[in-house]
Amino acid sequence: MNTLGQAIAEAGTLLAGFDADLLEIIGLSLRVSLTAVLIACVIGFPLGAAVALFKFPGRGAVSLLLNTFMGLPPVVVGLLVFLMLSRAGPLGVLGLLFTPTAMIIAQALLVTPIVAALTRQIVADLWREYGEHLHSLDASPTARLGTLIYDARFSLATAVLAGFGRAIAEVGAVMIVGGNIDHATRVMTTAIALETSKGNLATALALGFVLLTIALVVNAVVELVNGWAGRKAALA
Amino acid sequence: MSTRQTILPLEFRRVVYEADGTRLLHDIDLTLAGGRRTVILGPNGAGKSLLLRLAHGLLAPSSGDIVWRGAGTRERVIRRQAMVFQRPVMLRRSALGNLTHALKVRGVPRDEGRERARAALAMAGLSDLAHRPARLMSGGEQQRLALARAWATEPEILFLDEPTASLDPAATRAVETLIGGFHAAGTTVVMSTHDLGQARRIADDVLFLHKGRVVEFGAADRFFEHPSSAEARAFVAGELLW
Ligand SMILES: Nc1ncnc2c1ncn2[C@@H]1O[C@H](COP(=O)(O)OP(=O)(O)OP(=O)(O)O)[C@@H](O)[C@H]1O
Ligand SMILES: [Mg+2]
Repeated sequence: MNTLGQAIAEAGTLLAGFDADLLEIIGLSLRVSLTAVLIACVIGFPLGAAVALFKFPGRGAVSLLLNTFMGLPPVVVGLLVFLMLSRAGPLGVLGLLFTPTAMIIAQALLVTPIVAALTRQIVADLWREYGEHLHSLDASPTARLGTLIYDARFSLATAVLAGFGRAIAEVGAVMIVGGNIDHATRVMTTAIALETSKGNLATALALGFVLLTIALVVNAVVELVNGWAGRKAALA
Repeated sequence: MSTRQTILPLEFRRVVYEADGTRLLHDIDLTLAGGRRTVILGPNGAGKSLLLRLAHGLLAPSSGDIVWRGAGTRERVIRRQAMVFQRPVMLRRSALGNLTHALKVRGVPRDEGRERARAALAMAGLSDLAHRPARLMSGGEQQRLALARAWATEPEILFLDEPTASLDPAATRAVETLIGGFHAAGTTVVMSTHDLGQARRIADDVLFLHKGRVVEFGAADRFFEHPSSAEARAFVAGELLW
């Protein structure tokens, strides 16, 4: 009990003092996860929308893959990326293993299926409603995609936040491909795992608190977006 | 609209529509000429909506041909048409946004699009609601907005599927006035309705469908005064029939 109280107090001190190491870890976490989510959106929006709208060869397979990868454990994704980037792997020459770039790749792989699968569902629902009108206007495939993605923007925002939530909280993939190297690839989740195992509860708790706050903020934003969109039912 | 070559008349040649092995429309043969107001009548399930969707190209016939016989058919014929649905499709945008979107999709330059959209809103009496989210508008306003949207695209032929089915008398009158505006501008109008009074007010021609067949097609006066089939007589008399 005493150590716990002590740990909480120390965690507070670390946070209040804007501990440099702590800030570095938080910064890297945000950079890696936000970049991964950005990549996931650039790929996932058009991919999900295309699967929803267009019939093309392999469409069923893509849909199946998306849904499968949506629930893939981060360690498995980490392992796959590790194998690709390791010296003996096909992309070994790039020398990316144990760099933030490797972590971004791994998290992008984790998040893209989530964004794409949610986008597919959202766009398919909207297409059911808009389809005849867009057909009647003789909208080109690009115009259809553009209309649906734009009009689904509020729902898509929640898909993005879901993806970010998954990225920032996962530990398995970044641990394997990043290696949790101090001042290089250490992020919040891997730091928590390490510090806890070393018995350094204060740092672990401080980082846990930051993660919790981020989760809280993300969910608050989701609520806000939904509530606001709901009020303007019209636009959501 | 006026200077271009027409895509009309529209001809159905032995058009059959089937779904899940059921024949829903049987051997439809008909010709719709330009400039007229044709009202499609028939009990629920007769095939009115299917016929409109086939004509507009939203559905493809199972067999038979739907042919636009006019000279102006070198460009995409669907771009010369518009359709207003019973429950109009309202984009999650403002009233004005719904119109500018349609014009943008049709390749109208931005400035001209805004101008045409504004003019169409004014024509439909919706100028004050230009910035209201379309989905928050009342049923009657939405229907007028759908008509304004169709108007903005300057169709040569307008299809309407029960455009006043859930509107009150005032809103119905407003919609009928707008339909009159299309007719006055030279647009060919094809609409379905259950409202016999409305059919009498609007129709030049009546197309009477029953169980997926065209039972009567001809001048409205004759249809209402001397329906030649027993089904049409019962329908005009207001007796239910399936
Ligand atoms: N995709 C479909 N699959 C199977 N049956 C269908 C399909 N679309 C329409 N039908 C059937 O075809 C028949 C005609 O439908 P349609 O919607 O054209 O009728 P309608 O004359 O417009 O009726 P209402 O006055 O109720 O609008 C109905 O019996 C309907 O159930
Ligand atoms: Mg119908």
